[in-house]
Amino acid sequence: MSKISVNGKAQEVETPISITELIKLNNVAQPEMVSIQLNGQFVNRDDFDSTQVAEGDELDFLYFMGGGSL
Amino acid sequence: MDFTEEQIQRYSRHILLQDVGVEGQEKINNGKVLIVGAGGLGAPIALYLAAAGVGTIGIIDGDVVDLSNLQRQVIHFTPDVNKPKVISAKEKINLINPDVKVITYQKLLTAENALEIIQDYDFVVDGTDNFPVKFLINDACVIAKKPFSHGGILRFDGQTLTYVPGSACYRCLFHSPPPPNAVPTCSQAGVLGAIAGMLGTIQAAEVLKYLTGVGDLLTNRLLTFNAKTMEFRTIKSKPNDNCPVCGSHPTVTGLVDYEQAVCDIESHRKQKH
Repeated sequence: MSKISVNGKAQEVETPISITELIKLNNVAQPEMVSIQLNGQFVNRDDFDSTQVAEGDELDFLYFMGGGSL
Repeated sequence: MDFTEEQIQRYSRHILLQDVGVEGQEKINNGKVLIVGAGGLGAPIALYLAAAGVGTIGIIDGDVVDLSNLQRQVIHFTPDVNKPKVISAKEKINLINPDVKVITYQKLLTAENALEIIQDYDFVVDGTDNFPVKFLINDACVIAKKPFSHGGILRFDGQTLTYVPGSACYRCLFHSPPPPNAVPTCSQAGVLGAIAGMLGTIQAAEVLKYLTGVGDLLTNRLLTFNAKTMEFRTIKSKPNDNCPVCGSHPTVTGLVDYEQAVCDIESHRKQKH
């Protein structure tokens, strides 16, 4: 098991794990629309499958938020 | 500019602030700010910027006030239902502070008019509720090198980011607009009214910080909060080299009107009748 952090909260995951698998593990409602930062760097959506997460990595899941006018 | 006795009294709590003072207040009074959307976010933004004495406030919104707006759009009052939002907002701004010059645009911000409208302003505030216009504001401001504040609210959550030329833009974080109807808007999923005030006043504070040069802007940081837990979080970001508008190989070089969510267009049509 490896310790990582997702949106500032500690998580323990079995590594190796790809970003795509981590998104699934976190039950993200609309995985095709989440933006991911890995250690402060944006990961291209095309690289979600091939990017592996390792011990100590910090991830941010960013979600669309509309809202305001109507 | 020389302040009158009345202005010194009106702005005394700003003038008393060591970081602002007379000089900072002058910068506020000389400021020109465009607010896109006179709704949930635009309402508190406009009220606080008017009270602060921002010299010129532009407001663009094509809608009329609907009864369902009043739960959070605090610049509009019950007798304003069916009145154009920009007119309702202008009336309140003038009542709060007659020093403010208000310019109203009773229309939608579009790819065709965006650059022309924003060029007259120092700062643009995104108070819109839909992604096509959020991306349009971002692209127009990046292309025109115009600072802006992004804001979004939904249900119990809010997020905001300030852009100045060279900092991470909205597209650095969110590459392209979600497909129509993929992400619910407030008119579809609801929003706790006070969230609009929480986020809008953060955006208004960013405008005043930008105009006065006080403090550190919310650049290269996305602030998010959830009102259920009252937890605030800032996510550090950097300009994204693969960003389609500000990256090293931009693919977005002009403005586009993205497709609106279908139910938004329908609700918009409904309001016209």
